[in-house]
Amino acid sequence: MSFVLIAEQILNGLQLGVMLFLMSAGLTLIFGVMGLINLAHGSLYMVGAFAAAAIAGLTGSFILALLAALTAAAIAGAMVEMVVIRRLYNRDHLDQVLATFALILIFSEGTRWVFGSFPLYLDIPSYLQGPVSLPGGIQYPLYRITLILIGVVVAIALGLMISKTRIGIRIRAGENDRDMIAALGVDISKLYTIIFALGAALAGLAGALVGAIQSVEVGMGEPVLILAFVVIVIGGIGSIKGAMVGSVLVGLTDTLGGVFLPKILQLFMDISTATNVGSSIASMAIYILMGVVLIWRPTGLYGSRL
Amino acid sequence: MISERHINFLTLGLLVLIPLWAYGVDEPFTITLMTRAVIFALAAVGLNLILGIGGFVSFGHAAFFGLGGYVMGILAWHAQNYSPLMEWPLLIEGTKSMPIIWVLSIVLSALLAFLIGIVSLKTSGVYFIMITLAFAQMMYYFSISWSAYGGEDGMSIYVRNVFPGLNTLDPIQFYSLCFVILLAALWLVSCLVKSPFGLALNAARQSPLRVQSVGLNLHKLQLLAFVISGAITGLAGALFADLNRFVSPNMFSWQLSGEFIVFIIIGGVGRLFGPVIGALVFVGLEHFLGGISDYWHIYLGVILLLIVLFSKTGVIGLIGKKEVNDG
Repeated sequence: MSFVLIAEQILNGLQLGVMLFLMSAGLTLIFGVMGLINLAHGSLYMVGAFAAAAIAGLTGSFILALLAALTAAAIAGAMVEMVVIRRLYNRDHLDQVLATFALILIFSEGTRWVFGSFPLYLDIPSYLQGPVSLPGGIQYPLYRITLILIGVVVAIALGLMISKTRIGIRIRAGENDRDMIAALGVDISKLYTIIFALGAALAGLAGALVGAIQSVEVGMGEPVLILAFVVIVIGGIGSIKGAMVGSVLVGLTDTLGGVFLPKILQLFMDISTATNVGSSIASMAIYILMGVVLIWRPTGLYGSRL
Repeated sequence: MISERHINFLTLGLLVLIPLWAYGVDEPFTITLMTRAVIFALAAVGLNLILGIGGFVSFGHAAFFGLGGYVMGILAWHAQNYSPLMEWPLLIEGTKSMPIIWVLSIVLSALLAFLIGIVSLKTSGVYFIMITLAFAQMMYYFSISWSAYGGEDGMSIYVRNVFPGLNTLDPIQFYSLCFVILLAALWLVSCLVKSPFGLALNAARQSPLRVQSVGLNLHKLQLLAFVISGAITGLAGALFADLNRFVSPNMFSWQLSGEFIVFIIIGGVGRLFGPVIGALVFVGLEHFLGGISDYWHIYLGVILLLIVLFSKTGVIGLIGKKEVNDG
């Protein structure tokens, strides 16, 4: 196990973590402010990826594709909020789960109907292709480095927005006491729509960015959604900081576990068993991590309420 | 308005008459369709105990359904290949006997429910939903990565398992078997609901503080309910695998967990026959809408949305009296 391999895998883990952060930031904000569990967040990720693939196919421009992903997901999010989600804020979680489950069905089949069942491909633009040399003799794909940077920039921007701007103050106030800020004259339903669209745009951006390294297909959102759930359960629901820490933890555990567990087990058993057992355990690693965190802190690392 | 009791009898009547009619006119496909509905109903009856009575929305019941399926798959696979399941420390052979498979599915699902329950019942609300979902997903990925038993491709079992005295390959006989098990489960749940345990569980949903203050152990109650719930769903999984003679990681999929909840909502939450009616309606919709359009999930989604947004009581509430009668 060389230093280069370890460093590369850590970078891979960070890249997964950063993309998970884009997903879980929206989820956790939506839960923190509106008290809503949104299963359809994965569909917005998919909408972003499809919009990007479609626009990239038409114009050939990656920047335009990303803009399209942001816009399409934000518009889809705002529309869904206004038509469906807004009726669910005062309902119990069971209704929210069910209605957003229904939305997944509609989004997935709708996308299949428009784009067909075959996966689309989104190419990495030429100026982001190829490896880049990092200190220590590490060759790492430029595109993945870019993903990490974009994620970090978005995280900082989001943090600044929430701590410094007027809308951020409202979001924080909404997390503390919804009724009070409505009573103070803030247009709460507009605020909700904005937060929902913001979360959707982040999910759409993640979908488009990841779409360039994986295929763009129906059902791509749900596995990521479930990982994002694990992230916010670990981090504490409603906490942006928790989402950040949780994303990196989950990203690193998943990536490093998959690579190193089989190798570590090879020290004790023969190669084929070690590969089988190792990959089985690695596929469970993040859920074991989640279980351990929950036994230790039932509301997650930064969660305050149940 | 019809009383809930009458709706229940009507449902039972349909469950007897439709297969009999299909048998009479020689429509084995309809019987298989009904078997599917009955098995789904059984799985949802299990879920309804923790969801409807206990008030915990488990989004991970596919974990038990899949486990039951894999218990059947693994035992039958070893039996059909004549390879022992384990040689050390004691020799365990595979088996094709349904009763043994059922008992094992029930025991192992109960064990899994115990483990998942210990961690997840510490929390509630949204945490519980996400955690149960995550654990089911863990089982899903585990089954994919476990290449010894088919990995992503799953396992085919060529001949349906045997039950003493019956020809299980005959659709109507296998249906009868599943139907009797569903009746037994319904009877068990209705007894449980009326028992001190069920009353306490119901009370714990409505007012946890009061239940605790009269000295009942809330956590133990809910854990027991979760374990029984998981065991029933696990048994349904074993039957489902036998119906298809095929097991794959899809039996662990989160969509299935969602569909179980959908059955309960369509029928009516917390009602004894809610899951049964829901499963019947769902399988019916799946069959008829699926025949009309390849994209039938869109229609299903729209129907579900309408149910959630505008009808809070499910089918039983729509045609029967509004209040929930747990009896």
